[in-house]
Amino acid sequence: MLSRVADRIFWMSRQMERAENMARILGVTANLVLFGASDRREENLRAPLTITGTSEGFAERHQSLTLETLIAFLALDEANPSSIYSCLRDARDNAHAVRWQITSEMWETLNATWLEVRGIRRERVIGAGATQFFDWVKERSHLFRGVTYGTIVRGEAFDFSRLGTFLERADNTARILDVKYHILLPAVEDVGGALDYYQWTALLRSVSAFETYRALYRDQIFPIKVAELLVLERRMPRSLAACFVEINHSLERIEGQHDHSVKRLAGELLARLTHSDIEEIFQAGLHEFLTGCLADFTELGNRIQRAYLGTV
Amino acid sequence: MQRKHYDEMHAADGAVRPHYRALADWLAATPAERVAEKRREADLLFHRVGITFAVYGDEQGAERLIPFDTIPRIIPLSEWQLLVRGLKQRVAALNRFLHDIYHGQEILKAGVIPAEQVLGNSAYQVAMLGLDLPHQVYSHIAGIDLIRHEDGNWYVLEDNLRTPSGVSYMLEDRKMMMRLFPELFEQQHVYPVEHYPALLLETLRSIGPHAMSEASVVVMTPGQYNSAYFEHAFLAQQMGVELVEGADLFVKDGYVYMRATGGRQRVDVIYRRVDDAFLDPLAFREDSLLGVPGLLSAYRAGNVSLANAIGTGVADDKSTYPYVPDMIRFYLGEEPLLANVPTWQCKRPEDFAYVSEHLAELVVKEVQGSGGYGMLIGPACTAAQVEAFRARLNANPTNYIAQPTLSLSTCPTFVERGIAPRHVDLRPFVLSGREVTLVPGGLTRVALGEGSLVVNSSQGGGTKDTWVVD
Repeated sequence: MLSRVADRIFWMSRQMERAENMARILGVTANLVLFGASDRREENLRAPLTITGTSEGFAERHQSLTLETLIAFLALDEANPSSIYSCLRDARDNAHAVRWQITSEMWETLNATWLEVRGIRRERVIGAGATQFFDWVKERSHLFRGVTYGTIVRGEAFDFSRLGTFLERADNTARILDVKYHILLPAVEDVGGALDYYQWTALLRSVSAFETYRALYRDQIFPIKVAELLVLERRMPRSLAACFVEINHSLERIEGQHDHSVKRLAGELLARLTHSDIEEIFQAGLHEFLTGCLADFTELGNRIQRAYLGTV
Repeated sequence: MQRKHYDEMHAADGAVRPHYRALADWLAATPAERVAEKRREADLLFHRVGITFAVYGDEQGAERLIPFDTIPRIIPLSEWQLLVRGLKQRVAALNRFLHDIYHGQEILKAGVIPAEQVLGNSAYQVAMLGLDLPHQVYSHIAGIDLIRHEDGNWYVLEDNLRTPSGVSYMLEDRKMMMRLFPELFEQQHVYPVEHYPALLLETLRSIGPHAMSEASVVVMTPGQYNSAYFEHAFLAQQMGVELVEGADLFVKDGYVYMRATGGRQRVDVIYRRVDDAFLDPLAFREDSLLGVPGLLSAYRAGNVSLANAIGTGVADDKSTYPYVPDMIRFYLGEEPLLANVPTWQCKRPEDFAYVSEHLAELVVKEVQGSGGYGMLIGPACTAAQVEAFRARLNANPTNYIAQPTLSLSTCPTFVERGIAPRHVDLRPFVLSGREVTLVPGGLTRVALGEGSLVVNSSQGGGTKDTWVVD
């Protein structure tokens, strides 16, 4: 497959997944800000900017940090390259460039999503409208992934699409966990302590893991188990471990010439996420562990670009 | 502008021509509402599939749909066979001409065409001198524009030997007609055109540089913002080959490769839909981002084939057009089977004088224009428009040719208020490789405005399915 085409497909899927994750982060933030404890309001508002690394960009465009300005900036701001709007636009542009290498259903899904988001007015995305909007973004992402899975020929286009989806998802889950954990549990000693139940539930819901937690642990919510679920639990489809199972599956099918370093790093990450023990991770520091993972995800992305996608 | 036209469906006395009878019966028997519904369905389908084209000058290359008319243009087989002979003859002579002007230049020595006319043409490529091409073919894909005059005879309006487009509409229009009106295809035998992509691939493989192995073919596009991008992608998909952009290719040690996820892959034949000037920034326009540095050297080394070849533009230039009948006589020793439209060359003083005097009656075209841009249709213009054009003509007569306003034949077409005659032309596609072939049909373009003679899609033209029937 042409490197340029693979690159477009990879980024098409990454951007769609990124839009979904942004919607998840904003959805849970809106919830926490509206219904959560007021002493954490400021922290909760700041978290999405920290998670997506857009604090500076926000400061350039907005003076005060409110739920309205936050959503305006991260949901519909055309000038913010990380906004949902921009992600959906980029996903659609990438699809447009390769619409003959993907299925018409995939193209139509992304094109229709883009046409619709273009028509959404800012005033509508507040209060209940905001929740509706975030749910819609998630649905469109689910639809796109389902359409992709259900229609595209099993080959490199499929593999690079999956690679993009799961690398992006792993990155997002790690970021959400890192930032939220820090807010909720600044000191390691608190691991077993009293919990802001509502906040932890919200974190789990942001990655669709609340029911899974209940089903798998049949227990109260303990921070260490939340971390275990989102990092190591393969049965949890948004966990880092689950993402790397998928990433390694895709890489096994992709045949490249100088891709040993890609496959090695992906394999190392899978091994780390398979054989680690959550207690040990906590002893060494969850933040340090996640920071290390995030650096490796970035490195893996760079190696994928170099080995397959024609960019240096 | 009232004049008598040849109508494809009705004879002068109003009777339906025999090859249209089945369709006429069907039209009479089918409720208008059903046909209208089918037309809406067609619009919807074309939009969904995305058969659109970008119009130059539109903001951000906005996409538009080319109107599709559901009444086919029908040609009887016997007539088609005559056209085929004429087309093959013409394209053969044009390919001989191209080989000649880049080799011995016999036709120039014989004085059949003025040498400066050919050698001074901006489309003449010195880089092609002495280069031997497989089967000595230059224009592998040629689109020849034909019209039928009021006398019932066919005339060649122009030759398109560089990167003719429109074949995707021929194929999609047929697919659409078969989908919307399958009963029509049961009633009579319409010759198929669906194998065009297979013939194209065979033609491209036959010009590969290495006789031993099967050639690896790609389609090269300027990119998704090109007006014909849909067609480039469509043909690549139909042939099952890669659609590449310049940046996907590179030249190493005299060979062309594409950048692929599994490493580099050799490319033998490039069906390029990129103009000569943009092919290789080292050899032509250095500001081109669409091309492949070093492509010309690989081409000259015989390690890659290009379709069409570089430098074919000199043969389809409107200033060369008047000489094509003489070319046929010179190279083939035959009389042309397809007639040219009489043409005045404004660079000749006596022709220029005639054109100046009759400007309001003539069609005047820029020698190197295409797509219906920069032309004057005298009878359709106001006096002021004619005078404005005259100023441009006087400033640079060499740049223009003029032809009589031809009465393109008409074909019944769905318009706002029912069915009415609209003017049509025909572009068959001639494939030349080891053999010369064409599918029975072509692209029929229709000028949708009442009385309009401009069929170009960029100027509001539509398309029709073209049937060759027994």
